Amino acid sequence: MTEVKEKGRSTIKKRSQFKSVFFRFKKNKMAMFGLVVLIILTLVAVFADFIADYENDAISQNMKIRLQTPSREHIFGTDQYGRDMFARIVFGTRISLFVGVVSIIASLIVGAVIGAVAGYYGGAIDNVIMRIMDVLLAIPQTLLAISIVAALGTGIFNLLLAMSISSVPRFARIVRSSILSIADQEFVEAAKACGTKDARIITKHIIPNAIGPIIVQATLNMASTIIGIAGLSFIGLGIEPPIPEWGSILSEGKTQMRYYPHLVVIPGIAIVFAVMALNLIGDGLRDSLDPRLKN
Amino acid sequence: MIKYILKRILLMIPVILGISFIVFLIMSFTPGDPARLILGEKASISDVENLREKMGLNDNFFVRYLRYVKDAVFYRDFGTSYATKIPVNADLMDRFPETLKLAFGSTLIMVLIGVPVGIISAVKQYSLIDKVTLGISLILTSMPVFWLGLMLILLFSLKLGWLPATGADTWVNFILPCFSLAASMMASLIRMTRSSMLEVIRQDYIRTARAKGAKEVTVIYKHALRNALLPIITIIGLNFGGLLGGTMIVESVFALPGVGTLTINSIRMKDTPMVMASVLFVAILAGIVNLIVDILYAYVDPRIKSQYAKN
Amino acid sequence: MAEKLLEIKDLYVQYETDEETVYAVNGINLILDKGETLGLVGETGAGKTTTALSIMKLLPEKIGIIKKGSIMLEGLDIIKAGEGDMRAIRGNIVSMIFQDPMTSLNPILTVGDQIYEVLELHKKGESKESLNKKVDEILNLVGIDSDRKNNYPHQFSGGMKQRVIIAMALACEPNLLLADEPTTALDVTIQAQVMEMMKDLKDKLKTSMILITHDLGIVAEICDRVAIMYAGEIIELGTVEDIFESKNRHPYTNGLFGSIPDLTKSAKRLNPIEGLMPDPTNLLKGCAFSDRCPKCMESCKIQKPESYVEGSHVIKCNLFKKI
Repeated sequence: MTEVKEKGRSTIKKRSQFKSVFFRFKKNKMAMFGLVVLIILTLVAVFADFIADYENDAISQNMKIRLQTPSREHIFGTDQYGRDMFARIVFGTRISLFVGVVSIIASLIVGAVIGAVAGYYGGAIDNVIMRIMDVLLAIPQTLLAISIVAALGTGIFNLLLAMSISSVPRFARIVRSSILSIADQEFVEAAKACGTKDARIITKHIIPNAIGPIIVQATLNMASTIIGIAGLSFIGLGIEPPIPEWGSILSEGKTQMRYYPHLVVIPGIAIVFAVMALNLIGDGLRDSLDPRLKN
Repeated sequence: MIKYILKRILLMIPVILGISFIVFLIMSFTPGDPARLILGEKASISDVENLREKMGLNDNFFVRYLRYVKDAVFYRDFGTSYATKIPVNADLMDRFPETLKLAFGSTLIMVLIGVPVGIISAVKQYSLIDKVTLGISLILTSMPVFWLGLMLILLFSLKLGWLPATGADTWVNFILPCFSLAASMMASLIRMTRSSMLEVIRQDYIRTARAKGAKEVTVIYKHALRNALLPIITIIGLNFGGLLGGTMIVESVFALPGVGTLTINSIRMKDTPMVMASVLFVAILAGIVNLIVDILYAYVDPRIKSQYAKN
Repeated sequence: MAEKLLEIKDLYVQYETDEETVYAVNGINLILDKGETLGLVGETGAGKTTTALSIMKLLPEKIGIIKKGSIMLEGLDIIKAGEGDMRAIRGNIVSMIFQDPMTSLNPILTVGDQIYEVLELHKKGESKESLNKKVDEILNLVGIDSDRKNNYPHQFSGGMKQRVIIAMALACEPNLLLADEPTTALDVTIQAQVMEMMKDLKDKLKTSMILITHDLGIVAEICDRVAIMYAGEIIELGTVEDIFESKNRHPYTNGLFGSIPDLTKSAKRLNPIEGLMPDPTNLLKGCAFSDRCPKCMESCKIQKPESYVEGSHVIKCNLFKKI
C-alpha cells in the first residue's frame, strides 16, 4: 500500500491491483455464489469416492431396483439398469470437471505459447500463425471437435485432445492481443525510456495486464467445454457408457423420458449448475477487472 | 462497392482452402483401411491392395490432398461414400435444406426476440426488467441445447401434446428445434445488443441529440439503435458458425434428417468421405454467411460505404 | 436598458452515486443580460459544465440532481419545467455545444440531416423546402459549402466538424448559447478561426452566450463579463476590465493570471498554484480556497467569506472586507 499525501487535504491510499480486483469481485454477490457452487462441485469431484460407491452404485446393474423415482434410499432415483442416479451424477461431476480443467490448461498453455510467439516476434511469423488460427476459428468449435473424434475415435483421451485443440485458437488470440496492446501502450515506452530492462517490463507490466483477460477467457471457455463434452457424449461421440458422464447419462435417459423424467431433468440441472457457476465467475472477473463497466 | 465485395470473396478463398486442408489433415488420422472397409472382411489381401492402388490411397498426403481439391473444384466430386457407394453430393444435397431451415429459422427467432430484449434491457439499465432478462439469459446460456430440446419435448410433446417431437414433415416440426437452438444462443445476442446499446448511449452524439430537443424515443431509435446495430450485425454473422455447430446436436435430438445427423451416422459407420464432405460443407456455409454479413455491414455503415464509393 | 435573459439564484447541484455524493455546484448566483457574453472560467472540476447542463436540464438521469435554487430563463422556471417544456426550448431558445467535436456528431447521419433535424423539431409548420434552405444558409454562415450537406461527419476535419456543431446549435437562432470549451480540442490556429466565427455569429444573430473556458486569452477576446468558478462556487464576478485590470482580485484569480507564462520575461520555472482543488465529495468548511491560499487567515477556515461588491465587481474573499 502506498500513501500519497496531498497538500492540505486527503490522504489517498493505493491498494495493490490484485487486492482491489479481489475486493470488487467479493462485492459481486452473483459471482461469489458462482464461486461457492464451483467449490462445492470441486469438493464433490475430488471426494467422490467418499460420497458414493463407484462400482456398486454407479456402474453395476441391478434390475430389481430399476426405474425408481427419487426416494430416501436413492436421492435421485435409479435408471433403467438399476443404477443409482445420485452416484452416477457425483462421478459425472468428477469427469466433467477433470476433462474441463485439463483441456483448458492444455489449450491455455499451447495457445499462450503460440500467441506469445506471434505477438512478440511479429512480422511474417505473426502473420502465418494468425492465418492458421483464423482458419481454425472459421471452423465451428463443435464441428472441429466432432471431426477430431471422428478421426481418432471416442474415449477420454481423444475427447481431451479434441476439446483442447478447438480451444487453442481463442487463447492464442487473446494472449497475442494482450501482448500487442500492452507493448504498444505509452507507459511501456515510458518504462523503456527510463531504462527498464525487457524482462522487468514483461513481468511487471505485460503479464499482470494480460492475466486478467486470459483468466476470464479460461473460465468462460471451461464453461463451454463442459457443455461441449456433454454434447459429444450425448450424440455418442464422447465418453462411452457405462462411464457416467452427464451427457451420456442424459442420452441413456432420454428413452425413458416420458414416464421417468427425473432421469433427464436431474443430470441437466447438474450441467446447468456447473456451467452457470463458471459463467458467473467469468463475468464477475471481467467486471472486476474493468471498473468502467460499473456505472 | 463491387471492389470491396470482390476483395472479400477473394480473401475467403484461402480460408476455405485452409479449412479443407485442416479437415483433410484431421481425417487422415482415421485408423483403418478404407479399401478393406469397402470390400469387407472376407476380401483377399491382393484385392484390397488393388483397390488401394486404384483409389490412390498409397500416394503421399499432399498428393492425396491436392487430388481431393482438384476433384472438388473442377469436377464437383467430393468423393464417394463408403456406405452408400454413390457420390456424397447426393446425400448432402438431400439433407442440407433441412439444416438450412433449422439454421435460418433459429436465427430469425433469435434476432426477433433477442435484439428487442437487449435494447429494452439497455434502455432500462439496472431496472427489474434488466435484471430478470440478464438472469434468464444466464440460465439459458448455461443449458446445453440438447437438454433444452429434451425439456421442451417433455413439456410440449409428451405432456401437452401440442407439438411434434420428431420428423421434418411440415414447418410445425421445426418450431421446437428452432426455439431450442435460438434460446440457447440468444443469451449472447441479448448481451451483445445490450452492451452495444449501452456503449452507444454513452456517446457524445447522443448528448448532442438530446441537446437539440429531440424526443427520447427518437434519440433511442434514430440515433442510438442504428449505431448500435452495426456491431450486432457482425456478431450475428460471427456466431452463425456456433449456431451451425448447434444444429448438429439439435438435429440429433429431434431426429431431423439434416447434415448433422448425416455426419453423426457417417462417423459411426466410418464413412470418411461423407464425414469430410459434411464437415467441409458446414464450415464453408459458415464462411459464406460471414461474408454476406460483412458485405451487409459495409452497406449499412456510411464510413465504409463512402470509402469504397469514392473509388 | 439591459434586459435580464438568465437568472440563476443560489443553485446547488449534486451527483449522487451508490458510493458517494459529489457536490459539484455549491450556491452560485448569476445574471446574464440579453446580448451579453459571459466567460465562465475555472479549472477542470470547478462545476462549469455542471452549471451549463443544469440550465439545459441535461444532467445525467438519476445521478445529477438540482438540490436547491432557481434558474429562470426568459421567464421560464427551468427547475419546475417538465420534460416536454424543456424539449421545446432545447436547441430552440437555448443551445449547447460541447468540447469534443470528433465525437459529438452522429456518424451514420449526414451533416445536413442532423442540422435539418433541429430545424424540423422546432420550426413546425414550415415547409421542407424552406427548412432545407435554412440548412444551406446556416452552413454557409459557418463557412461550409452547402453542397457538403450530404457528407458524413467523418469526411470533415475537426475544425469543420465544430463549425457544423455550431451551425446546428444556432440554426434556430436561440437566445442563449452555452459553449463548453468549444475550441479546446482544436489546433491553435483553428481555434482562432472558430472563435472569430463565433464572435461574428453572435453579433449577427444577437445571441447571448456563456462561454466556458479555462483560457483567459479567449476570455479577453470575446467576453463582456467574467465569472471565476472554484470548487462549485463563483468566487469572483465582474466585467472583463474588472477582472483583468483591477488592483483587487481574488487570490485564486491572481494565481490564474500568475501562472500564465510571460513571453516577455525570462523565468526558470512556471508559477503554478500549489495544491489541488478540494475533494468534491468532502467539502471544506470555510472558504473553498483556504488550504491553497497564500493569504489565508484564520477566519477563512471557519466560515465561508461573504461577497464584497465594488460596482460591477464582486469578490468572495475576506481580504476585501473593508470595501
